[in-house]
Amino acid sequence: MTSKRKAVALISGGLDSMLAAKLMLDQGIHVEGINFYTGFCVEGHTHAIRRKDRDKAKRNNALWVAEKLGIKLHIIDVIEEYKDIVINPKHGYGANLNPCLDCKGFMVKKAYQWLQENNFDFIITGEVVGQRPMSQRRNTMPVVARESGANALLLRPLCAHLLPMTHPEEQGWVERDKLLNLSGRSRKPQIAMAKQYNLDDYAQPAGGCCFLTNEHYASKLKDLWASRGERNYELDDIMLLKVGRHLRPRPHFKLIIGREEGENRYLEGYRRQYTHLKPISHIGPLALIDGTPDDDDLLLAARLVARYSQGRDADQVRVEISEGSHQPHTLDVKPLADQDIPQEWHV
Amino acid sequence: MTHFTLDARRLLCPLPVIRTQNKIKTLQTGDVLEVICTDPGANHDIPAWCRIHGHKIIDTVVEEDEIRITISVDKR
Repeated sequence: MTSKRKAVALISGGLDSMLAAKLMLDQGIHVEGINFYTGFCVEGHTHAIRRKDRDKAKRNNALWVAEKLGIKLHIIDVIEEYKDIVINPKHGYGANLNPCLDCKGFMVKKAYQWLQENNFDFIITGEVVGQRPMSQRRNTMPVVARESGANALLLRPLCAHLLPMTHPEEQGWVERDKLLNLSGRSRKPQIAMAKQYNLDDYAQPAGGCCFLTNEHYASKLKDLWASRGERNYELDDIMLLKVGRHLRPRPHFKLIIGREEGENRYLEGYRRQYTHLKPISHIGPLALIDGTPDDDDLLLAARLVARYSQGRDADQVRVEISEGSHQPHTLDVKPLADQDIPQEWHV
Repeated sequence: MTHFTLDARRLLCPLPVIRTQNKIKTLQTGDVLEVICTDPGANHDIPAWCRIHGHKIIDTVVEEDEIRITISVDKR
């Protein structure tokens, strides 16, 4: 080997991509990490919002992995470009609204662009044949390599022996003998490797790292699309889907009601953009209205918000309503009874 | 040395880190960047990002709802 070759590693923050990067570092390859922010990444958002979770230790797992490995990490904002992947996935959805195969292809394609701009030699990922039902199958892994444009510059060190030889192997930049043949959903080999490398405290996300795989989140996103008559979103939309209690009493509007102090504080940041309601005679949540409510709708919304205040059993609760640049006005309302809130209102 | 300020309030992690990273790309060694955030996670993530890229945290002020992190840029 005449010069030190450079690999860009897709670092998710989980164990597999960490091990793949470690295998390359062991072979003397210069590795830098890349991590993509789509807006749907779980990464402790709700922990940052909810008051009860504010004292819990927080970390970005991709940064943690990079620091542990002693490599640089570049975090790339792909929020805008990623919309097309979520809205029009060529290969369809996996679990819920997860555009699994398109997502992997998109990320490898972005990594390939980064490689070209930064004069790196090849890309590595922590993929394992058979680990994911859609994107990590033996017959779909070549699709990712081909559609991303990376082709033979995409190396999967953890399962390289089960795949065709790549350019870095053919050129002798990496020793194929030192790569692995992992397959299937078992995590035992990776856990054993982590132990061997003295890596502990790595992230083990139970529900995956993407909100789109979450059934409740996906149902709220589908509701958003249905209510607007188009499959589109802005970052604020998808952030708000992570916060509060969502109720849609009528097709043309929904309420986002804070569930505790941290969420109320977060929703306060949206007061200028949304009509909002707050009980003032009793302690209660802040609620945003997404949609176009008329006067009757506002009355219903006020009764709903009153239900989630400390005045839920009172005869009357005074609710302040603020709409755009108008002066706030108040309504004295009787809180809705639980039996008057149909289950189907809950998004 | 020039002092810059970055407003990352209301952004949730990792956006404050991404904005910090992108701003520092435009700065020179010796410049100082003060990042103002509201996400408590930024107080962990921005210093972690700085450590792996060789920049130094020279001051951190944590108030009730705001965190001010001051970074000395080092691109050597």
